[in-house]
Amino acid sequence: MHELPVTENILKIVQKHAEKNTVRRVVSITLDVGAMSDLEDEWMQHYFDYLSRNTVAEGARLIIHRVPIVLRCNNCEKAFEIEKDEIGRSRCPDCGAEGNFSLESGRQYYIREMQAE
Amino acid sequence: MSDIKLIEVKEEILSDNDAAARELRETLGKEKTFVVNLMSSPGAGKTTLLLQTIAALKDRFRIGVIEADIDSMVDAEKIRNAGVACVQLKTGGFCHLDSRMVKQGLAALDSPAFDIVFIENIGNLVCPAEFDTGAIKNAMILSVPEGDDKPLKYPLMFSTSDALVINKTDMLSLSDFDIDILRGHIGRLNPGMQLFEVSAKTGEGMEGWTQWIGEQASVFIGHNLL
Repeated sequence: MHELPVTENILKIVQKHAEKNTVRRVVSITLDVGAMSDLEDEWMQHYFDYLSRNTVAEGARLIIHRVPIVLRCNNCEKAFEIEKDEIGRSRCPDCGAEGNFSLESGRQYYIREMQAE
Repeated sequence: MSDIKLIEVKEEILSDNDAAARELRETLGKEKTFVVNLMSSPGAGKTTLLLQTIAALKDRFRIGVIEADIDSMVDAEKIRNAGVACVQLKTGGFCHLDSRMVKQGLAALDSPAFDIVFIENIGNLVCPAEFDTGAIKNAMILSVPEGDDKPLKYPLMFSTSDALVINKTDMLSLSDFDIDILRGHIGRLNPGMQLFEVSAKTGEGMEGWTQWIGEQASVFIGHNLL
């Protein structure tokens, strides 16, 4: 799994903002992660704890918001939410189309904010 | 007394790789080198398919290969024996390639000297789907023994690829793999995806796939070499 490069980037971005804002310690980091991602919250935290040792972000908690998968029907333009394991057998709730959807949301890897002291 | 403050970050976590991938695609456009990223599970027949594809196209296109199979020189040797240039990336235990690694591979290969470069990505249907390699086209290979339900289990991989090669069709009679069921899943996930049914072993259906690669490469490099 690719928790390592993702958490490495989180740490790099957090360190940059910590320096810019001259903080002593990062307490928490709030993330948006799309539901298409296979990364597990527990493992992201685990890798982050490992990588952030002896940095300003040591001990920081990752607060991970899962962003639902949203498909848009290219037939009737209706957007609808769907679970990851249902995406291959989805059907438009509005017009009943069985295909031709665009992925509107669900692939995010985004840092919203962090709390620091 | 601790004074907790809220800092707005508002940054994409993978923006570094995405930006590097975009930059790489621009460079490839100037070099006129068409790069195809091949992704699959281990054992789907990626190397055999690649060898057959090279055999079909190497008289008309200058072909190079970036091999990223984990800690193995076997595949790279097979490719070199087929008479094309091949660079083996040392990926250790990495689960995917990113655009930085591909850029290094292209530099080692001297990519401007080639019309088509194939990347044999690491055998894995999860991680490579998340990381843009900078390739011009992404293709995935699914072999019949893996089953027709794979799009339900790995939707991201199926939704980020431009083409799907269904390999080992010579084994269809031995399995309950239903190509129509697979087509149904693909229609929902990625309606624009090109589908090719092939047996790289017997050669059946291969010309559709190699023709598509040849056409896409010709369009990208701006003159028809087919």
